[in-house]
Amino acid sequence: MAKVKGAIVVDVQKCKGCGVCIPACPTSVINLANEVNGKGYHYAFMEKPDECIGCSNCAIVCPDGVITVYKLKL
Amino acid sequence: MGELKLMKGNEALAEAAIRAGADAYFGYPITPQSEVIEYLMAEKPFDRTGMVVLQAESEIAAINMVYGAAGTGKKVMTSSSSPGISLKQEGLSYIAGAELPCLYANVVRGGPGLGTIQPSQADYFQSTKGGGHGDYRQIVLAPASVQEMSDFVKLGFELAFKYRIAVLILSDGVIGQMMEKVELFDQIPRLTDQEVIEKYPWATTGKKKGTERRIITSLDLDSLKMEAHNHHLQAKYKTISENEVRYELIDCDDAEYIIVAYGSSARISQKAVQLARKKGIKAGLFRLITLYPFPGKEMQQLCKKGVKGWLAVEMSAGQMVEDVMLSVKGCAKVEHYGRFGGIVHSPEEVLHALEEKIIGD
Amino acid sequence: MAEITLEDIIKPENLVYKKTDLLTDKELSYCPGCGHGTAHRITMEVLEELGLEERTIGVAPVGCSVLAYEFMNIDMTQAAHGRAPAVATGIKRCWPDRIVFTYQGDGDLAAIGTAETIHACNRGEKIVIIFINNGIYGMTGGQMAPTTLPGMKSSTSPFGRDVETMGNPLKMTELVAQLPGTYFVSRQAVHSPAAVRRAKKAIKKAFENQRDNKPGLSFVEIVSNCNSGWKMTPIDANKWMEENMFPFFPLGDIKVDGQLVK
Repeated sequence: MAKVKGAIVVDVQKCKGCGVCIPACPTSVINLANEVNGKGYHYAFMEKPDECIGCSNCAIVCPDGVITVYKLKL
Repeated sequence: MGELKLMKGNEALAEAAIRAGADAYFGYPITPQSEVIEYLMAEKPFDRTGMVVLQAESEIAAINMVYGAAGTGKKVMTSSSSPGISLKQEGLSYIAGAELPCLYANVVRGGPGLGTIQPSQADYFQSTKGGGHGDYRQIVLAPASVQEMSDFVKLGFELAFKYRIAVLILSDGVIGQMMEKVELFDQIPRLTDQEVIEKYPWATTGKKKGTERRIITSLDLDSLKMEAHNHHLQAKYKTISENEVRYELIDCDDAEYIIVAYGSSARISQKAVQLARKKGIKAGLFRLITLYPFPGKEMQQLCKKGVKGWLAVEMSAGQMVEDVMLSVKGCAKVEHYGRFGGIVHSPEEVLHALEEKIIGD
Repeated sequence: MAEITLEDIIKPENLVYKKTDLLTDKELSYCPGCGHGTAHRITMEVLEELGLEERTIGVAPVGCSVLAYEFMNIDMTQAAHGRAPAVATGIKRCWPDRIVFTYQGDGDLAAIGTAETIHACNRGEKIVIIFINNGIYGMTGGQMAPTTLPGMKSSTSPFGRDVETMGNPLKMTELVAQLPGTYFVSRQAVHSPAAVRRAKKAIKKAFENQRDNKPGLSFVEIVSNCNSGWKMTPIDANKWMEENMFPFFPLGDIKVDGQLVK
């Protein structure tokens, strides 16, 4: 079992679905949703939340600053 | 009485800038106003008052340095001559849009293009009708003496900050280069940074936590907001028109014929009026001090008193004359006279024009 | 051990990264995936981390980032096209204890504002210039920029930039590094986590130099993407940037503490 558990919260309405966060994630947690937000963008979401290690890479490269990151040390 | 000195117009302007408590001058040399920056550099105003003097890489850079500094609430100015003033028009339009206070001087030379380095008054349209793009105005002061080159610096800064507007001292090569006695006003202390912060809450001086940030801009992509901003500007110009008109009447009480002139043309025209009076012609001089706002109402009042004719004398092909025509609205004859392209008319030429163009008919 | 739920993780005490308050909550006007947003964010993070925001005045350019003042939650001045270094000079000379920076694109800094850029650098103005180079004019619709690569297509070089007739791309960063007035010159990128961390370090160094009154101007170029102008997806644009922009505009420090290092 992982020593850390992480999670991200995406500001869905502000996400533009650029997908830059996807290759930045070392554990392939993120994908774009099939649903769209109010602007018609397929927003980023945690497809595999169990894999998130809270490294913040996705938030660091997010051009719109819509990702907030949490990390729990076990 | 203040300190008396024999000075060039350009030097008086520069000395007045230091004494007015200016925080900075940004300029670029051009004939016939290079003495302004030369004088400032030689006087070391940084030692005298802490004033910054910087020679920019171009007139464009200089006016944008003024824009930046003016946005922080500092008392700043620039100066140039006609071709350089054309380069500054972009910055002046932004200054008008962002409503920044600043002072600048144009020691006018003949144009168009590189023209000549000799005196001219052919930048009247550019000065009074906007100059750059967009619907805007600026206050234009026209000195007719070295004394006024000094006095109008103080007045200009006062008006600039009163209305958050660019004030132009529209001089010319004669006034800039001639030497006269000038009574200098006493040193006005520069505001401290803290005083600037307290006096000008709109200025970008650094946003304190929990306060609203200040933005200096002329941009708004929302056209309704931009229209409202333009209405606000027009209302400001109207207030200025109602309150800041300045002029001088010489021998106008009983005048049948009035010469309208400003700057060096006003000095020459004053002599022409004296020559006319000697010949029994009831002539007077309406000397404009503010070119914008224009003293149109005052001209109308004189018209009602029975003035038979107006001669607009200016060193141009006829620019100010259009405002005289608009002001008197056909109640009396209006003609233009002026040498231009760098030639200065003589009092005799002006008198001759008055007799030929106005009285002769 | 009980199952850990998202609710257990998403708690204030577990917060490790959130957007800085020095960015406003206004939605950025940039296209999806545009590096401007990241560059804005790390600039504001640096100001926050250095505690400089209360005495910083920023200068926004004309270009895509013309509205930078809408997003940067500090005192800002919007400059005419290319004139930001002159505007910043005016501010800094009147308020030498303030932190002053410009944020400019390639058209603003390397075309219409070349003179203002070079002379502010050459005078050694104690300001920071952040230069976003995406090789194209984004806001006006993808026209050729002074930094458009040879052969690169744009709406005004639809068959590719022909250097014979259109001239060569300009390496402003190498150019200003040669001037004695620059103290720190670096070229970075913001397309990957590692790149963002390096870029932020460079921007931090630049602002520290100004804070510490180091003699000269600090200049940080960020090679960025323009998905819309390049007509690519954000991911493809970042890949294209690595393969084409970086060989021409190599990343790394060029001048550190007033000494050329490259």
